[in-house]
Amino acid sequence: MLALGFGLNAVAGAAVGIPLLGYVLSSFLKPHQLDWVSLGPVEKFPEGKTRLGNYKNPIRRSWDGSTADIPCWVRRIKGNDFQVFAINCAHLGCPVRWFEESKLFMCPCHGGAYYEDGQHAAGPPPRGLFTYEFKIDNGNLMILAGALPTLAQPNA
Amino acid sequence: MKVPIQKLTDLGLGVFNWVDDRLHVKKIWESTAGHHVPQSAGSWFYVFGSATLLCFMLQLVTGIMLALVYVPSADEAYATLEYLTYHQQLGWFLRAMHYWGSDFMVGIMLLHMTQVFLFGAYKYPREITWLSGLALLVCTLGLAFTGQVLRFDEDAYWGLGIGAAIMGRVPFIGQQLVDFMLGGQIIASETLSRFFALHVFVLPGSVIALVSLHLRMVLTKGINEYPVPGMVVRRETYDKEYAAILKKEGVPFFPKAIDKDIITAAFVIGAIVTCALLFGPKGPGGPADPLQIDANPRPDFWFLWIFSVAALMPAEIETFALLVGPAVIGLVLVALPFVNGTGEKSWRRRPMAVIVTILVWISLGMLTYLGVTSPWSPVMNGWSAETTPDAQILNRTPLELQGAITLQYKQCRNCHAIDGLGGERGPALTDVGLRLTKPQLVRQVVQGGGNMPAYGQNLSPSEVEALVHYMISLRPEGIPPARDTTLPRKAKN
Repeated sequence: MLALGFGLNAVAGAAVGIPLLGYVLSSFLKPHQLDWVSLGPVEKFPEGKTRLGNYKNPIRRSWDGSTADIPCWVRRIKGNDFQVFAINCAHLGCPVRWFEESKLFMCPCHGGAYYEDGQHAAGPPPRGLFTYEFKIDNGNLMILAGALPTLAQPNA
Repeated sequence: MKVPIQKLTDLGLGVFNWVDDRLHVKKIWESTAGHHVPQSAGSWFYVFGSATLLCFMLQLVTGIMLALVYVPSADEAYATLEYLTYHQQLGWFLRAMHYWGSDFMVGIMLLHMTQVFLFGAYKYPREITWLSGLALLVCTLGLAFTGQVLRFDEDAYWGLGIGAAIMGRVPFIGQQLVDFMLGGQIIASETLSRFFALHVFVLPGSVIALVSLHLRMVLTKGINEYPVPGMVVRRETYDKEYAAILKKEGVPFFPKAIDKDIITAAFVIGAIVTCALLFGPKGPGGPADPLQIDANPRPDFWFLWIFSVAALMPAEIETFALLVGPAVIGLVLVALPFVNGTGEKSWRRRPMAVIVTILVWISLGMLTYLGVTSPWSPVMNGWSAETTPDAQILNRTPLELQGAITLQYKQCRNCHAIDGLGGERGPALTDVGLRLTKPQLVRQVVQGGGNMPAYGQNLSPSEVEALVHYMISLRPEGIPPARDTTLPRKAKN
């Protein structure tokens, strides 16, 4: 009888436990989702300049508030040639700031610095700035976005 | 009317006996509060454990109060924090109590741990007491970190980013761990919800369970006797020796040994209230709005040393140290009562333990100090806000003055101070003319190196020329500039 009891409870435990684990660990099962979002018309970004762009995260909840608004640095090199950088420092994710005069991105946390083209210039970051894939669609600058870029997932 | 004292007493006693008959209150009281401890353990060094528990209970009460108003939603958390701080009657006081209570809890817990280590209390037969203490350390630090996240401001937002960036360095499953930590692919509503669940349900529940185990061990294996140099712990004899101590000088914890804990409790509560009244709650800082990119994220006090480590560690070993370092520290602490479970307890006979303790505290202290000053962070408005001292402009040539403007305009002072004004990321430039020759300065500016970006792309040759001339002029009056010692000294003319 006791063995039967254990057996029945093993089944009952699995019936509760497996969905529970599936719920909590869904991030291990779901593939990453990215989507194209618009940063606005290309004309917003003057040639040869780097400007702050922003977009609404493609996957969002109505109770996300301002956390759904993600900034990024848009460098329009010439014509339709762009570079779109994540705001997050490649070191530990702090927001880098662009300095037009010295053509550098500087990080306020641990002093990482990057050149205009996103290459590592100084400090602890192990690589250059994370970049977004981009395309021009109907005169709009589109980027592939939807995840916080980290060293494990460099495509933002 | 005469008060029937005798009748009332009888009634009270009757009620008590009725309850005791069912709940065995007397027996429980005698075996817990009344358990015997060595008289020597009634020492001022033994008050930190109960003081930590006191802080925790205070945190439970103030935390429940805050939860009456706080809304754990990314959209509304900040507004409820502001409401708590500025509108809710005494909300600021509750927030301040919870904040300072947390700081005191971590601090006193570290003192407790230090005392336990120095007094050899982790040795045989108190291994499980030590291990449950370690688990409590992890939970308490977890509570401090998740609490910082619930103060959903810019520090919280970017602090989560830092946590995610560390997770993202884990090989193979880094991305899944990041998503697991954030509850999604970005820092947003589900991130806050899961940190709320951790902070309010999982971690406090774990602490209550672990404290029960911790105290249970104190009851079964007894509180550590005050160590005496020369009294060596041996697995074979210790239990008998401890029983002998209890027999000789054992006193009931209540009321004979608890007095110092009670006095300390009053002082700890007094200190937390004083800090809350004097300094108020922390923040909230700017809202957790990613578009506010001029954030200057800093962790709370007890995590500042990690912030420093992240800035000062060589980049090559950083991932390894961030991921393996905590595991190694954890392993050493877990192994301690097993590899060092016997022998001398008194710190007077354990010089290595004393040295290790001093080194750890000095390191934590210095790293925390550096975290407060964070000299490695560029001063983002150094170029636009700091003045150039008169002495560094007077009597300069037009070329040098042009260089002074270039130095200011190209943000050099975000990292380089002049007369103490500006960043400290790079060396101060106040007397750079004494240290570097003209060719060295040109090379450094154009090519960078030694943690400085190369400015060759961003400076015209004439700008470099002016800048370098100005920097050569930055030296005390009457002292010649640095010269290349491999070249013959120029004849004076």
